[in-house]
Amino acid sequence: MHARTPARTGFLLTAPLLAFLLLAYVVPFLGVVQWSITLPEPGFSQYRKLATDPLALSVLVRTLRICALVTVAATAAAYAIAYVWVRGTPVQRRLAELCILIPFWISVLTRAFGWLALLSNRGLLNTWLQDLGILAEPLTLVRNEFGVIVGMTHFLIPFAVFPIVSAMRAVDGRVLLAARGLGASRLRVFWRIFVPMTFAGIVGAALIVFVFALGFFVTPAILGGGHSVMVAELVYLHMFQSPDWGLGAAISVMLLLVVGLLMLLLFRFARPAGLRASR
Amino acid sequence: MTGSRPGRAALTAAMVVATFLLLPLLAVVPISFTPARFLSMPKGSWSLVHYRELIDNPDWGRSVLLSLRIGVVSSLIATALATMFALGIWMARPRLSALLVGFVLLPMVVPPIVSAMTLYFLLTGLSQLTGLLGYDAWLGVVLAHVVMIVPFAVVLILVALAGVDRRIDLAARGFGATLTQRALRVILPNIRFGVLMAALLAFVLSWEEIGVTLFITSVNAITLPRLMWMGVHDNIDPAIAAVSVVLITLTTIALIGRMMLHRADA
Repeated sequence: MHARTPARTGFLLTAPLLAFLLLAYVVPFLGVVQWSITLPEPGFSQYRKLATDPLALSVLVRTLRICALVTVAATAAAYAIAYVWVRGTPVQRRLAELCILIPFWISVLTRAFGWLALLSNRGLLNTWLQDLGILAEPLTLVRNEFGVIVGMTHFLIPFAVFPIVSAMRAVDGRVLLAARGLGASRLRVFWRIFVPMTFAGIVGAALIVFVFALGFFVTPAILGGGHSVMVAELVYLHMFQSPDWGLGAAISVMLLLVVGLLMLLLFRFARPAGLRASR
Repeated sequence: MTGSRPGRAALTAAMVVATFLLLPLLAVVPISFTPARFLSMPKGSWSLVHYRELIDNPDWGRSVLLSLRIGVVSSLIATALATMFALGIWMARPRLSALLVGFVLLPMVVPPIVSAMTLYFLLTGLSQLTGLLGYDAWLGVVLAHVVMIVPFAVVLILVALAGVDRRIDLAARGFGATLTQRALRVILPNIRFGVLMAALLAFVLSWEEIGVTLFITSVNAITLPRLMWMGVHDNIDPAIAAVSVVLITLTTIALIGRMMLHRADA
């Protein structure tokens, strides 16, 4: 017998959070949408500006370029360390786990600052290279696009590791042994069997990294130093530095639409792929 | 796990990645001992001046206390809301439960910058009604943080509930337990570890929140990440290196400690 709890109870228990988010999140978001079509004057002028303004377009192109590079770099790096975390000896697995979890639990600010400490003009790397006489002048490694890509890749690797690890854990080790037994080389087993079997994890990781990177704010603001503005930082600038709230709101709305479409893609594509991988 | 262990090429690649992950965390250590007032390597003499600064300058202590207060209060509120919500979904199984869960997870998947705009709109609006709960007030920050951290608490508690055997609830019902008794005396004790983890995660996320906090505070509600942001963004203050060393050390100790505990369990 499946006695059901009355629907009223479910309603009473779920209502507080639903009401809270409705009032504190959904309604104010509609307010942001309203800003985007009423400031400075009613109409869609801000959206037209977004589509035609050369500055906005260059920021968009830069954002997509950086996100693409970061996605490839972070996913590849995550795959390498996830492989050891899943298939290494117990000691290797513990070390890999620590190397992923320590950065994961440290705040985005501290990690961005770490890259400043390492790469800025008077940072560790430039000081050593100059002391050793390899460099006469410090290399400019932060406050530019390179710094942004490095910092974002660093931040996003742990997020890419988790889906890849769960895909790798689902691989039956006996399949790999069988392939070895049939005479395939280690390299061939890895590329022709292991990578295809974990492909769903790779796609999931890449989409997560790309979506996160699109809305990224703190790391580009610190490591880009204003020279490499991305979409999210553009919103901040329009809110607090050269106020144009309508434009900031319009960018936010567009960003949400793009991310929403990508999430739909994630569910459409990654779900069936996940099923294929586990079969 | 059967099958072959990673070969030399795989281990080398993983070591490169591990170095990349840890290097910036290690680089802050020497920087934190510089005697200079700008970001630099200590040459010859090492100094503790930036650690002294953390104690002498009351701003640091104040922001730590504020972050702790905001973290504890928003974690308690978020955990309570999330626990009720998850219990409601689990016990009543409403028809649209997938949709409802998807809805409460929104702040987790929406880009933080969009959430920041949204909460900025909310809090500047609330400021017109009351200064207590509005822009740049600590309770306003709590409100915003609850929105941002509640989805994570919901996920952890739903995961914990997925491991509970429904038959114990049916049994309690059969013996005539009321709804409140079932929720508080039967189900909650079974997920208390999950609820605790949810509260802990919610606290940590609030403690280090910066993306939204940056939009909704200016001069009064300066949380620790907000203060660090000013030290990194406006001009680089080596005191940030000292704070970073402290935070990195605490995190590392906590993680290694947890790992040892787990090993003791096994």
